Amino acid sequence: MHNYILQIAQENDFQSTRLLKILHAIQKRYFYIPDNAIEVLAEQLQLPRTHIQNVVAFYSFFHTQSSGKYTILISDSITDLMLGKSDLMSYFEQKLKVDIGSVRADGLVSLNNTSCTGMCDQGPAGLVNGYALTHLTKPRIDQIVNYVNRETPLAQWDSDLFRVDDNIVKPDLLLNEKPLHGHAITSTLTRGLSETLAEIELSGLRGRGGAGYTTAWKWKFCREENATQRYIICNADEGEPGTFKDRVLLNSYADSVFEGMTVAAAIVGATQGFLYLRGEYVHLLDKLEAVLEARRVSNLLGSNILQNGFDFDIEICLGAGAYICGEESALIESLEGKAGIPRNRPPYPVTQGYLGKPTVVNNVETYVAAANIAVHGGAWFADKGTSKSKGTKILSISGDCKARGIYEYAFGTTVKTILADCGAIDVLGVQVGGPSGVFISNDEFERKIAFEDLATGGSFIIFNHTRSILDVVHNFSHFFAHESCGFCTPCRVGTSLLKKQVDKIVEGHGSAGDIVALEELCQVIKNYSHCGLGQTAANPVLSSLERYPEIYQAMLKKISYEPGFDLDKSLETARRMANRDDAAAHLAQVEN
Amino acid sequence: MTSKKVKVATVSLAGCFGCHMSFLDLDERLVDLVEHVQFDRSPLTDIEHCSDDCDIGLIEGGVCNSENVHVLREFRKNCKILVAVGACAINGGLPAMRNHISLEDCLNEAYMDGIGIENPQIPNDIELPLLLDKVYPLHEVVKIDYFLPGCPPSADVFWAFLTDLLAGREPELPYELIHFD
Amino acid sequence: MTKTFEIDGKKIPYEEGQTIMQAASAAGVYIAHLCHNPQFTPHGSCKLCTVKVNGRNCSACTFPASEGQNVTNVSKELNEDREKITQMLFVEGNHFCPSCEKTGNCQLQAVAYHLNMTDNHYPHFFENREVDASHPDVMIDHNRCIFCTLCVRASEEVDGKNVFAISGRGIDKRLIVNSKSGLLKDSELDGNDCAAHICPTGAILIKRTGYSVPIGQRIYDHAHIDAVALASEGEVHDL
Repeated sequence: MHNYILQIAQENDFQSTRLLKILHAIQKRYFYIPDNAIEVLAEQLQLPRTHIQNVVAFYSFFHTQSSGKYTILISDSITDLMLGKSDLMSYFEQKLKVDIGSVRADGLVSLNNTSCTGMCDQGPAGLVNGYALTHLTKPRIDQIVNYVNRETPLAQWDSDLFRVDDNIVKPDLLLNEKPLHGHAITSTLTRGLSETLAEIELSGLRGRGGAGYTTAWKWKFCREENATQRYIICNADEGEPGTFKDRVLLNSYADSVFEGMTVAAAIVGATQGFLYLRGEYVHLLDKLEAVLEARRVSNLLGSNILQNGFDFDIEICLGAGAYICGEESALIESLEGKAGIPRNRPPYPVTQGYLGKPTVVNNVETYVAAANIAVHGGAWFADKGTSKSKGTKILSISGDCKARGIYEYAFGTTVKTILADCGAIDVLGVQVGGPSGVFISNDEFERKIAFEDLATGGSFIIFNHTRSILDVVHNFSHFFAHESCGFCTPCRVGTSLLKKQVDKIVEGHGSAGDIVALEELCQVIKNYSHCGLGQTAANPVLSSLERYPEIYQAMLKKISYEPGFDLDKSLETARRMANRDDAAAHLAQVEN
Repeated sequence: MTSKKVKVATVSLAGCFGCHMSFLDLDERLVDLVEHVQFDRSPLTDIEHCSDDCDIGLIEGGVCNSENVHVLREFRKNCKILVAVGACAINGGLPAMRNHISLEDCLNEAYMDGIGIENPQIPNDIELPLLLDKVYPLHEVVKIDYFLPGCPPSADVFWAFLTDLLAGREPELPYELIHFD
Repeated sequence: MTKTFEIDGKKIPYEEGQTIMQAASAAGVYIAHLCHNPQFTPHGSCKLCTVKVNGRNCSACTFPASEGQNVTNVSKELNEDREKITQMLFVEGNHFCPSCEKTGNCQLQAVAYHLNMTDNHYPHFFENREVDASHPDVMIDHNRCIFCTLCVRASEEVDGKNVFAISGRGIDKRLIVNSKSGLLKDSELDGNDCAAHICPTGAILIKRTGYSVPIGQRIYDHAHIDAVALASEGEVHDL
């Protein structure tokens, strides 16, 4: 083992920033990260062993104990649940003969849940050894179980199990453009860097990750920083449940993404770029590496790009299962080979980002838009949309509708139009922007997709009247508690308390005071958390409580208080050990 | 006359009676207190059940078994104001330090495998209350109105709290009286 | 002209580059905190020092002071929420004060007193956490760790040793020790290290010193944490 670790460390130039990459390689070989490997790595990378232990513990996809030759994870996204995930999971459990969250006795296979894998348009979905499984059905599960039991190498599995479709239903401005092979770079260089930045500003382009910061300003601030080194980062850690448009852009428009990054590099004066790809999208990795290689061959990356004297290259870094890394400063920490814990701000990445240097972090879609703006000019883009939200937005539409997939709309489009386009009927409401966004009811379908109304990173989950709001809230509360990085008290403790409190109400143990307690807890989490995760973690509860107070009220018992734990169950051990089952050996949950 | 007195009930659940002892440290102030207060169910009176019109219930100790649950519910039902008294009532206290050991291990250690045990058996008389898997603070089982921290709360804490209540003021403990030890 | 900003209506002078916390402490204004200690790089994680800066919540220990800022430190709302954050810390760990050697000298407890906290409000986690008593002079009781990282920073910044780290995610976070066995006895920690003396709670304790001062005569048995913090900060506690 020692030699193998040494070799991997050497291949990565003993750089601690490549820790995640090294750990991925180790885990691929041993199916977990052995203690010895941590010892050797600590020595080779000159890091405290605790640093590596922390990274391994922080990311969901790294294990300190073998998770089997086949690690199967099934997406716990609400969209997968709506597609019948629970039944399939039980079926899987039964067929594989393994409990959820465990490794089978023979050590061959493990089964567990994982956060949304970004396949909401083709779920129920999962991952086997990191690779995306789609369209899961019982026959497909039988197939998988057979492969596992026969120890068939993944490469020999039916490729249809891994089929990922783009499902572009409604293209517009950006998706109608062909992938760019240098046109944006030449346009930028011909027009001039400052002039191109002016076009980007004119376009009104704002960050597509959801926060909506003006792209041109970000680039300008980074450019104006006094520094010898600057970095361009593409945030492809598309972890918000219900969004998958970056997956499609990276699959079919990767050249435009890289071209946008190259334009940004030329403008701000960066020589190194990174694409931070979420671990769940490892199936795209080889393809993306090939695109980069082709661009190097065509001199669209590398030294003296298109003989214009500027150098730029892009490295792809793979995440390892941590939603928080979508937060830009956490992403930078992760790129530096650390746990993804959001930094204190200020300073912002544009002044002190990757390795303390000025850094531009933009979303995949933002770079695609920027590249096309560099070709067509700002007006081309600004012609669409509203005055505050120019251009188009690519939506990932999933849930209860006829045609799940990718839709591109000019900003200002109403929810009603979108619902009609995708064939959604009998709609109860829509979760716009994922769990961190807002749930809108069917009274609000005249509202518009726009920064000034419904801001969204692109997640658009539709619920019809057969769905329960509380199930949705329950799922989202568990998601946030699982994904909280744990840095700050209100989010670390608060999201777990919120999960308990939501469970209590959803499971029917709530009483009048519990709604007050719920709301009060939400406010503390929202107002005091360190970053966007915590600040939005209570949104599902708050937005549903505001719209559907009666649904919550209906769950409450007409008593002053009920315990949040199962009283009778808490007597179970004592009952069993005393071998009693008389009336006095039981407790009613509520006094009669 | 007595009907105008405030009815106070007290009990110790999973506690050590230390809070009750501390209450008795009111000493001569007890004489003033009984001018205004009539004790209902309490170890001080030996009354077995709460009257249905108690004003204040003072509860020491956490909830460790089924009997504690029944008693606590009786208090909640019959007392207008329910007060968690002392560390154990508030967070389970020292008895709750068993919470990180499984109940199975606790019972085995105490009745089956422990040193010097003869005739090992888990007590199973139906008169005995069964233990809960964990020791719970009061507020996780019923609604609690006020909390008097301390191990035990000093006599001054009881005095400050009760005199506030008796005078119709919202009870508030001054800084000097808030202690968790 | 010195630059100033206001905390609760009081003018606070500051120097460029100072945080709100630094300027406030220098001016004799206490802002509640646990993970902050002026000796070390600010961390900003406990969130007790949250103040309103021009209406927006910011961590005073990391947020830079700037001209004309209007800061609210003491308000009913802020103190009630600080109390809730403190209660979260109490239910997350297993804080049984009567059995803790640190009682009376504990900053977590003292902040709770300061905020008039009488109960833990939330349901308790009652997590099973370990005790590491392997080291001859120092012990760790993980039940009382609040993840302030003061020991981590002290070990790294003062002792130059990296003995401690916080590992894991979310509610599963744990303090870990840099040694092959994971035990404190096999680490480089020395009983005289700054990291061994910096814990604000009873999570890291020096052995055989617990009851040298009787309960009732300890720091916060009589003094308020605001006065103690303002008078002593900049020095290491407990040395």
